[in-house]
Amino acid sequence: MKRYMLSLLIGASLFFTNVSSQVAAQNGPLRIEITDGVIEPLPFAVPDFVPASGEAAQVGRDIARVIASDLTGTGLFRELPSSAYISQVRDFAAPVQYADWKAINAQALITGSVSVSGGQVTVQFRVYDVFSDAELGNGLQFSGSASGWRRMAHKVADAVYARITGEGGYFDSRVVFVSESGPKDNRLKRLAIMDYDGANVQYLTDSASIVLAPRFSPSGDRVLYTSYESGSPRIYVLDIGQVQRRVLQQQEGTMSFAPRFAPNGKTVVFSIEKGGNTDIYAMDIASGQTSQLTNAPSIETAPSFSPDGSQIVFESDRSGGQQIYIMPAGGGEARRISFGQGRYGTPVWSPRGDMIAFTKQNQGRFYIGVMRTDGSEERLLTASFLDEGPTWAPNGRVIMFARETQGAQGRSSLYSVDITGRNLKPVPTPDGASDPDWSPLQN
Amino acid sequence: MSTLTKFLMIGALIAVSACTNAGRFGKGDGYGSGSGASGAIVPGSANDPSSTAYFNQTIGDRVHFLIDQSSLTPEAQQILNGQADWLSRNGDYVAVIEGHADEQGTREYNLALGARRANAAREYLISRGVAPNRLKTVSYGKERPIEICSNEACYAKNRRAVTVLAAGLTS
Repeated sequence: MKRYMLSLLIGASLFFTNVSSQVAAQNGPLRIEITDGVIEPLPFAVPDFVPASGEAAQVGRDIARVIASDLTGTGLFRELPSSAYISQVRDFAAPVQYADWKAINAQALITGSVSVSGGQVTVQFRVYDVFSDAELGNGLQFSGSASGWRRMAHKVADAVYARITGEGGYFDSRVVFVSESGPKDNRLKRLAIMDYDGANVQYLTDSASIVLAPRFSPSGDRVLYTSYESGSPRIYVLDIGQVQRRVLQQQEGTMSFAPRFAPNGKTVVFSIEKGGNTDIYAMDIASGQTSQLTNAPSIETAPSFSPDGSQIVFESDRSGGQQIYIMPAGGGEARRISFGQGRYGTPVWSPRGDMIAFTKQNQGRFYIGVMRTDGSEERLLTASFLDEGPTWAPNGRVIMFARETQGAQGRSSLYSVDITGRNLKPVPTPDGASDPDWSPLQN
Repeated sequence: MSTLTKFLMIGALIAVSACTNAGRFGKGDGYGSGSGASGAIVPGSANDPSSTAYFNQTIGDRVHFLIDQSSLTPEAQQILNGQADWLSRNGDYVAVIEGHADEQGTREYNLALGARRANAAREYLISRGVAPNRLKTVSYGKERPIEICSNEACYAKNRRAVTVLAAGLTS
């Protein structure tokens, strides 16, 4: 498994080249405003990528399927079935028959070619705005190791998404989470990592000890998590490529948990519990130097940095119940931002900096919601017996979280939802799953 | 009064009534009903007053808490009095107090809440004369429920601090 993971990472260094194009880049009328609340999915076609040789035929089909799955999975796009096609794309370089695609109301057309040589795959693609008779942006070429073909498909889909929505994509990303098995009173947990769409699951720990709440580093190469390996909760940092981990320094007789990286990737904020009281601390990973950021008899936990690193959002029950507060990154006076009914916890700052996602509890129900950083415009996106632990897609438009079902047979699984509240759907995992953390876009 | 406060109070009433019915950790429960010939004390069995089985079953190894609370109820204090007496009679034992929460809470908060509960039990035992260096705490938050239904009958049993004995010398 280790070797596979390494080769995946090597394969991850993709190369980008512009494919020369006769048609100048333009932003035509082909546009989705994804902030709109209700939207008619945009019809598109993505024929199998044209293989340069027979051995590339399968990967050409597979890549087109992953692109289609990425785009339709957003709820913003609708794929036209190949049975509806009037013309086939057999030559990537040949001119597009716009009339044939207009006739089936394909507003966007994605064509591509793929070649395989010596364990390397090279993909070229173009996006067409069919009703403008024009290419949308320039063609691009990616190459990488054959095992990384899904990543190339995600890169293509990210480019299509970005050109049509004007927002960054999120398909070439990964999710680290806790894989769960066994009954509720004897649950086994281990860390796992997968592509954002549930493909390529790999396990990072065994299930000998409870593991909780893995969190990516800003570059996605390391993961912080909490483990009971030593008998009580301590924070570990794991290098994903090497599958090596080490424990963070800790005072005897304390518990530490709820870690997150600062945007600089060098500082970790987390909670330490001493004598029953929990506060927030920051530690420089390299030196182990630690500073205390909160000092109150209440529970202060679940810290998350603003993307510019200047502030920390966290939860505290200092007012009598869990609420969300923001303080300067170095500690100091905190201002409360949540004021609605119920309890608010697990705040996470969006990668765009504009919103805080949270878990809310009220009247025995759990909700995933978002609010502005001043607490205004609170919007609840989901509701169930137990929804918990939101994490942001790299573009700040989608949230993933864990939902646990009620009762003795209760099981936790992952879901994603747009911040408009649309497109709630399960994220496939091989077993139960909780505590997802979404990586940044991969390089 | 806020809706939340009302909600908590209703929950607290339910929890109290659940507690008064749950006598399974009360005094006398289990004593004399153990195995072995009548009158004979089998070392290590539940009718050996210096056994961990006696501590766990007859003294009661756990105390329960109200919803989102870590303060000790009178029933909890009574059980801890028994634990403190037992620990002073059996000085070879040390203990880890495990704090737990029910599933109605977020993961990190419940870890912190379980720590509060374990610490409340620890502080009480210390106040009753148990040496601090014999008592450690750990919180499992909502990770280790013993009852798995999703209603207050189970939640009340899961909101607990359990005193887990281990043979060990006090340093």
